[in-house]
Amino acid sequence: MNAPTGIGASVRRKEDYRFITGQGTYTDDINRPGQAYAYFLRSPHAHAKIKSIDISAAKSSPGVLGIFTGADLAADKVGGLICGWTVTGKDGTPHKAPPHPVIALDTVRCVGDQVALVVAETREQARDAAEKINVDYQALPAVVDPAATLKSGAPQLHAEAPGNLCYDWDFGDKAATEAAFSKAAHTVKLDLVNNRLSPNAMEPRVAIGEYDRATDTLTCYSTSQNPHVLRLIMCAFIFGMPEHKMRVVAPDVGGGFGSKIFCYAEEVACVWATRKVGRPVKWTSDRTEAFLTDAHGRDHVTHAELALDKDGKFLALKCSTIANMGAYLSTFASSVPSYLYALLLAGQYTTPAIYAEVKAVFTNTTPVDAYRGAGRPEATYVVERLVELAARQLKMDPVEIRKKNFIPPNAFPYQTPVAVAYDSGQYALSMDEALKLVDYKGFAARRAASEAKGKLRGIGFAAYIEACGIAPSSVVGSLGAGVGLWESASIRFNPTGSVSVFTGSHSHGQGHETTFAQVVSDKMGVPIDQVEIVHGDTQRVPMGMGTYGSRSLAVGGSAIVRACDKLIAKGKKIAAHLLEAAVEDIEYDKGTFKVAGTDKSVNMQQVCFTAYVPHKYPADLEPGFEENGFYDPSNFTYPAGTHIAEVEVDPGTGHVTVAKWVAVDDFGKVVNPMIVEGQVHGGVAQGVGQALLEQVIYDKQSGQLLTGSMMDYCLPRAEDLPSYTVATTETPCPHNPLGVKGCGEAGAIAAPAALMNAITDALGVEIDMPATPEKVWRAAQTRVTRQAAE
Amino acid sequence: MATVSITVNGNKVSRDVEPRTLLVQYLREHLGLTGTHVGCDTSQCGACVVHIDGASVKSCTTLAMQCEGASVTTIEGLAKDGKLHPMQEAFREHHALQCGFCTPGMIMSAVDLVEKNPGLTEDDIRHGLEGNLCRCTGYHNIVKAIAAASKTMGR
Repeated sequence: MNAPTGIGASVRRKEDYRFITGQGTYTDDINRPGQAYAYFLRSPHAHAKIKSIDISAAKSSPGVLGIFTGADLAADKVGGLICGWTVTGKDGTPHKAPPHPVIALDTVRCVGDQVALVVAETREQARDAAEKINVDYQALPAVVDPAATLKSGAPQLHAEAPGNLCYDWDFGDKAATEAAFSKAAHTVKLDLVNNRLSPNAMEPRVAIGEYDRATDTLTCYSTSQNPHVLRLIMCAFIFGMPEHKMRVVAPDVGGGFGSKIFCYAEEVACVWATRKVGRPVKWTSDRTEAFLTDAHGRDHVTHAELALDKDGKFLALKCSTIANMGAYLSTFASSVPSYLYALLLAGQYTTPAIYAEVKAVFTNTTPVDAYRGAGRPEATYVVERLVELAARQLKMDPVEIRKKNFIPPNAFPYQTPVAVAYDSGQYALSMDEALKLVDYKGFAARRAASEAKGKLRGIGFAAYIEACGIAPSSVVGSLGAGVGLWESASIRFNPTGSVSVFTGSHSHGQGHETTFAQVVSDKMGVPIDQVEIVHGDTQRVPMGMGTYGSRSLAVGGSAIVRACDKLIAKGKKIAAHLLEAAVEDIEYDKGTFKVAGTDKSVNMQQVCFTAYVPHKYPADLEPGFEENGFYDPSNFTYPAGTHIAEVEVDPGTGHVTVAKWVAVDDFGKVVNPMIVEGQVHGGVAQGVGQALLEQVIYDKQSGQLLTGSMMDYCLPRAEDLPSYTVATTETPCPHNPLGVKGCGEAGAIAAPAALMNAITDALGVEIDMPATPEKVWRAAQTRVTRQAAE
Repeated sequence: MATVSITVNGNKVSRDVEPRTLLVQYLREHLGLTGTHVGCDTSQCGACVVHIDGASVKSCTTLAMQCEGASVTTIEGLAKDGKLHPMQEAFREHHALQCGFCTPGMIMSAVDLVEKNPGLTEDDIRHGLEGNLCRCTGYHNIVKAIAAASKTMGR
C-alpha cells in the first residue's frame, strides 16, 4: 500500500529533489542576456550632509555604463519608498513618515544609505568605479539608542518628525488599569530590552530589472516573499505606471523571516536603471550589505508592570515601550510595535485591564520592520517574564500561577481587553502535555545533580499566544493598513486530470508545494503527484498578498479550499448530466461523484474530461474546469502553547547549555506534521539565538555598525542548539475551512521568554538578552556575593 | 586573463578567467553550476562548500587558479547515474532542509564529515557542522539526517 498523502500525513517534500541536487532556481542563479551589474555606493557615515558628489573620474572607469545619484531619480519623478500602514497617535494625528528616497538626495541618515548607483559590464568593474566617486560629506552628530533619541538636544533626523518621534500611541483602558493597580495586593515591575536582531536569511537579497521594448514591459526578478505587493508598491507609488506593464518574479527564495516582505531601494533602482542603460541590471547583495540594509527586527526598551491580588490572580498589566524604527519608516514598520504588539498583551490569561503606550522613534540606524513573529515575540516576552517574576516574588509555582490565570476552555470565543477576540484554545492541555514531556516532577532531582557538579540548573516557561493568519481586511483596514489581507487561489484542471494550482502565497522554505498539494489531493481525489503548485510570478498567479504572519495555510489554504468547493459544485452538475440524475442527488466524496443510494458514479477524471470535451454536457453550463477562490478571514487565528526550557549554567564561565527543550503547540488541524515540526525547530532556533547569542550593536558615538558580518554577529550554529522535543495538541480553528491556525512564528515567539526564564531561574538574578557568557558570569558572581552576604 | 583547467564532476573543463576569480565564481558564472551558493563574504556560512580532491573546501575563499589540475565535486556531481547519494536521500527523508539555500554546502560538508569520521555521535556531528550555517531548520533534522546517512553510506 502506498504511504498516505492526504491531510494529516507527513508527506516527504515534493520540492526537495531540486534543492538536494543543486537544481533550485534562486534569483542569483538567473542571468539575463546582455545583463549588466549594479553596485551601490553607500554612506560611510551614520548621519551627514552630502555637499557634493563628483562622478567624473568614475565615469571613465573601465566597463562603466552609467552612474546615477538621487538627483537622477528625482529628475525622472521616481517616488520614494513608502510605509503601507498608518498608525494614528494619542493626539489623533497620523504617524510621521518622512521622505525615504531610493537614493539619498542631500542627507544620509544611516551607515549604508544609498548614495550612488554604478552600473557596469561586470560586478568588479562597478565596484572599482564606485571607489572613484568622490563624495564630499559634512558629518553630523548621530544617535542610535531609542531612549537617547527622544532626549532634548539629540541630533534630529527629519524636519518632518520633530524630536525624532514617529508616533506616540497608546492602546487599552488606562483608567481601568490604573484603578486596578491602585488596589492591587502585589505589583511586579520589570525593565526589559528586546535586543535588535538581523534576520540573516541564508540567501542574500538579489534584484534584476529588465525592460522589454517589444512589449513595453518591465520585469523585476526579486527575492520577495510577496511579489504582487512589491509590484503594487512599485507601480502605484514609486513609478506611477499600470501593473500590467510590470512583472515581478520571485522564484526559489532562500528564507525570508520577514526581511523579504518589504519594498527595498535596490530593486526599485535596478528596475529604473534597466531603461537608462538599455540592458538588464542585476544586483546581488553581499552579506555585509545585508547586515546594513535588510530591515532589522525588535529593538524595544520597555518598562512593564503586573498587578495581582493576594492569591496571584492577575488584575492588570501596563507597559511603556520605546520602539526603534531606524532611520526611515520601512514598508510595514509602524504596525509592528503597535497593533501586532499591544493586542497580544493579554497572553493566555484573563487579565481584565491592560494599557500599553508606545513611542516609535527615529535613529541613525538601519530601518526596523517585521522579523519572524513581529511584535508578538515582544508581547510574549513582556507578559511571560512578568508572570515568571510574579511567581518568584509571590513564591508560587510558575505552573500554578499560570493555570490560575488561564482563560478556561469554556470561555471561548473570548473577548480580551485589547480588542482581539480569541476564537478557541485549550491552554492547560498544552501545558500539561509539556510538563509530562519535560518531566517536571523530576526537575528538583536534576537541579540537585547539576549543583553537585558545581552547575546551576534552571527551568523556564513560556505560555505564548499569537494572532496570525493575517488578517481580516476590515479589521486591519480600521487599524490603518493600506492593503487588504485576503488571499487568492486558482485551480486549473488539465483535460486529462492533472491539476495546476496557482496561489498568491509564496513559499521560501515553508513547503507549500507539498502542503498545498496535500490539501488539493485530499479534497479533489487526485493523486498528489498529479498536483503542481505554482507561485511567485505575477504573470502566472492571480493577485495575491504573499507570505508573512503565518498566514499561508490559514488564508491561502482556505482560498484553495474555496476554489476546490466551486469545482466540486460544478462537477456535481456535470456528473448529474452524465448519470442522468438530479444535481441534488449527487453525493461527492474524495474524487467520486455518486447518485445517492445507488452504485452509479463517475470520477473526477471523467468529470474533468467531460468539461473540456463537452460532447454530452448540460446546455446551461460553461465548459472548462477551472475556478478562482478568494478568501478573507473573519478573524485572526490564535495558535498557542507552552514551551519549557531547561538550562545548565556554568557559574565559572557563564556558559549556558540548553539541556532540554519541550514545545507543545496548538496549531489547530495539522496538514503535514513533519513540516510543522520543522517550522517549530527553526522558530525555536531563532528564539534561542535572540536569547543567547544575537544582537545588532552600533557604536553609540559614531553610529557605525559593529556587528556587520557573520564574524561579529553571532548566529546559532549546530553546537549551540539542543535537540527539541516537539508535540502538538489540536483545537481546530472554528472559522476557516481547514481548521488550521499557522505555525511559522510560534517558536520564535515562545523561545526567548522560555529561555530567559530558565536562565534567570538558574541565576536568581534578572538579566537582559542576549545572555552572553560575560553577562551570565557577572550575574552568577552577583549571586555568589549575595549568598555570601546572607 | 589566466587559463584555468579543472576536472569538475568528472568533466575536464578549461576557462580563461581574471586571476582574482574565486572558485565559486568559476563554478557559478563560468560553468553555470549554480548549485553552489554564496551566503556570506567572510567564509562563515558554508553554503559554498565543494570537494577539492575529496576534501570539503569553501569555494568562496579559494581562487580558481589554486585549483588548476585538481578534481572538484559540486552538489551537481554527487548523485551518480541518476541515483541520489545516501546523504541526499537522508536529507529528504528527514526533512533536513527548508529553503534549500544552505543545503548544497551542508550536504557536501556532511559527506566529508561522515567519510572521514566513522561512528559519529550527535555531539560529533554538531561540532563537525561548525563551518555551516542554516537559518531555517534549527539543525535538529540536519543532525538526524547525517546520523542516518552515516549508517547507510559506504554500504
